[in-house]
Amino acid sequence: MHAVNHLNLTLHRGKALGFVGETGAGKTTTALAILQLIQTPPGKITGGSIMFEGHDIMKMTEAEKRQIRGDRISMIFQDPMTSLNPLKTVEDQIVEMIGLHSAMKGEEARKRALEMLALVGIRPERSKDYPHQFSGGMRQRVGIAIALACEPSLLIADEPTTALDVTIQAQVMELIKKLQSVVNTSFLLITHDLGIVAEICDDVAIMYAGRIVEYSNIRQLYSHPLHPYTRGLFDAVPRLDTRLGGKLSVIPGLPPDPIDLPKGCAFSPRCPKARPLCHERECGMREYEPGHFVNCHFPLELGEGGVQ
Amino acid sequence: MSKNNSMLHYTLIRLRRNYLAILGLFVLLALICCAVFAEQLAPYDYAKQDYMMIRKAPSATHLLGTDEFGRDVLSRLIFGAKISLQVGLLAVSISLVLGATIGAIAGYFGGKTDNILMRLMDIQMAIPTILLAIVISSALGPGLFNLMIAVGITSVPRFARLMRSSVLSIKGQEFIGAARAMGASHTRIILLYILPNCAAPLIVQSTLSVANAILYTATLSFLGLGIQPPYPEWGGMLSAARPYIRNSGYLSIFPGLAIMITIVALNCIGDGLRDALDPKQKR
Repeated sequence: MHAVNHLNLTLHRGKALGFVGETGAGKTTTALAILQLIQTPPGKITGGSIMFEGHDIMKMTEAEKRQIRGDRISMIFQDPMTSLNPLKTVEDQIVEMIGLHSAMKGEEARKRALEMLALVGIRPERSKDYPHQFSGGMRQRVGIAIALACEPSLLIADEPTTALDVTIQAQVMELIKKLQSVVNTSFLLITHDLGIVAEICDDVAIMYAGRIVEYSNIRQLYSHPLHPYTRGLFDAVPRLDTRLGGKLSVIPGLPPDPIDLPKGCAFSPRCPKARPLCHERECGMREYEPGHFVNCHFPLELGEGGVQ
Repeated sequence: MSKNNSMLHYTLIRLRRNYLAILGLFVLLALICCAVFAEQLAPYDYAKQDYMMIRKAPSATHLLGTDEFGRDVLSRLIFGAKISLQVGLLAVSISLVLGATIGAIAGYFGGKTDNILMRLMDIQMAIPTILLAIVISSALGPGLFNLMIAVGITSVPRFARLMRSSVLSIKGQEFIGAARAMGASHTRIILLYILPNCAAPLIVQSTLSVANAILYTATLSFLGLGIQPPYPEWGGMLSAARPYIRNSGYLSIFPGLAIMITIVALNCIGDGLRDALDPKQKR
C-alpha cells in the first residue's frame, strides 16, 4: 500500500509551510521521509527524490544522513512527555545535540545550551533538572531548544501543540514563530489546526489520503479555497458568528482506507461536487491561478468557495 | 544554593526511607566483611579437626559449637560466606552478561533473530531449573568454578526475557525516534539511550538473583555437587549436619539461619531498589 503518493512540494529558505490534513492523511509519514526515518520494515520509500540544499537526501549514505539530521534538518515531536530522554538532564540533552554536530565541547557547549534554554524561557537554575520535573509545556519548549540548538535550515514540527492545553499551545506557537525569524530557518508545520496555520505560515498544503489536494500561499487559499475538501475543512471550523444552536457542517463519510483507495479522485466518494469523471481518473495538480495549485477537475469557482 | 540533582542522589534519598532495605544493606555489608576478612575474623581454622571436641554444643570457646569432626562451626560459617558471595556474584554476572546480551539483540533487531533466540530461551525455561543445574554441574564435575557456571546458566533466560521486554518498550518510545532525528547512530542509541533506560529492572533482577544463586549453590552442595569438603559451604554444612539433627540440632540451625538471613537481606535490598530506582516516582 502507498501511504503517500505523488507529493511534490517546494519550501523556500526562511519560509513556513503548513501541512494540514485529517489523521492518517500521511502528514507524519512525509515528515519522516524527509528525515529518512521511515521504519524499514515495514515501511519503504519506493521512489522519488528529496532535494535539500541542492543534494538528494535519498541518495545519501547513512553517515551523511546522520550528519544532516539534527544539524541541517531537525524535528519537534508531538508528545513532549515521551520525546525527551528521561535519564538525562535537559542541559545534557542539548549538549549532546551540540556535541553531535559541532566542534563545541565542554564549557562552550554548556554555555550554548544555557543560551538555548534562555531563548525558550527556561531559567538557568532549572537546566540541571530531569524531564519529569517539568510540565508538558516546558518540556515542549525544551524540545524546541534541542531542535534549534544547531540552527537547522529546516525545522519540522509534527503537531507540536496537540498534546498541550490551549493556553500553552498559543505560547509554544508564538515561541516557534519568534525563533524561526531569529534563526532564519525554514519551517514545516504539521497540524490539524487551520487557525495556527493562518497565524504562522506563508504557504499551506492540504493533504488528503496521501496526496496534496491543494497548495498555495495563505492569502489565496484562505480567501478562496479551490478544492471541495479544503472548503469542507473550513466549514467544519467553529466560528464566533455562527448562530447559536446551529450545527457545524461536517464532511460526510470517512477518509478512505489507504489499502483500498477509490478509483479516480480519492475524495470523490465524499465530494459534494463529484461528477462521473471524478470517479474515473484523478486530475493531478494544476496551477489554477499563479502560485495556487489544486488537484481537482472541477475546482470551486472564485467566490463560490469564499471564506470571510 | 547548590543542590545535588543526580539520579543517584534521589535514588539514595528514596532508598533511605525504606528501613528494610537499609537493614538488608547492613547485613550484606557485614557478610562482605566476613568474606573479605575471614582469616582474621574466624577464631579457628575452618579445617582444623579436634577429636576431643566432637559435636559440642555452643559454649564460650566455640560460640556456635563444633561439628562431627570437632571443627568450629562459627569459623566455618565465616569462611562459607566467602564462597556464597563469590558464587552468588559471579554466577549472576555470568547470567547478566549472557542474558542481557541475548535479550538486547533479540529485542532491538526483532523478527527472525528475536524468534530464534527467544525460542531457545523458552526451551531452557521448560527444563526445571534445579535439574538443569544438576545436569550441568555433574557434566562439568564438582568445583567452585563449575558451580558458578551451572548456577549462572540456569538464570540466563530470566535475564534475557527481562532485557528483551525492556528494550521493546524503550525502543517504541518517542525519544528514541527523537534521538534518530537528532542524528544519533544505532550504536549510540543502543548504548546511551536503550541500555541506561533498561538498567533499573536489571539491577533489581540481579540483586534478587544473587539470593537465588546462593540458594542454588547451597542446594547443589547439599546434594554433593558443589564445593567439596573440607572447604565449608553453607549448603554442604547443612547436608553434613543432617544425620545429627536430633542430637545436635544447632549444626543444622546455624547454616540454615546464615542462608536465610542472607537471602532475606538480598531480597529486601532488591525490593528497596526496585522502588527507589523508578525515575517516574516522585520523592
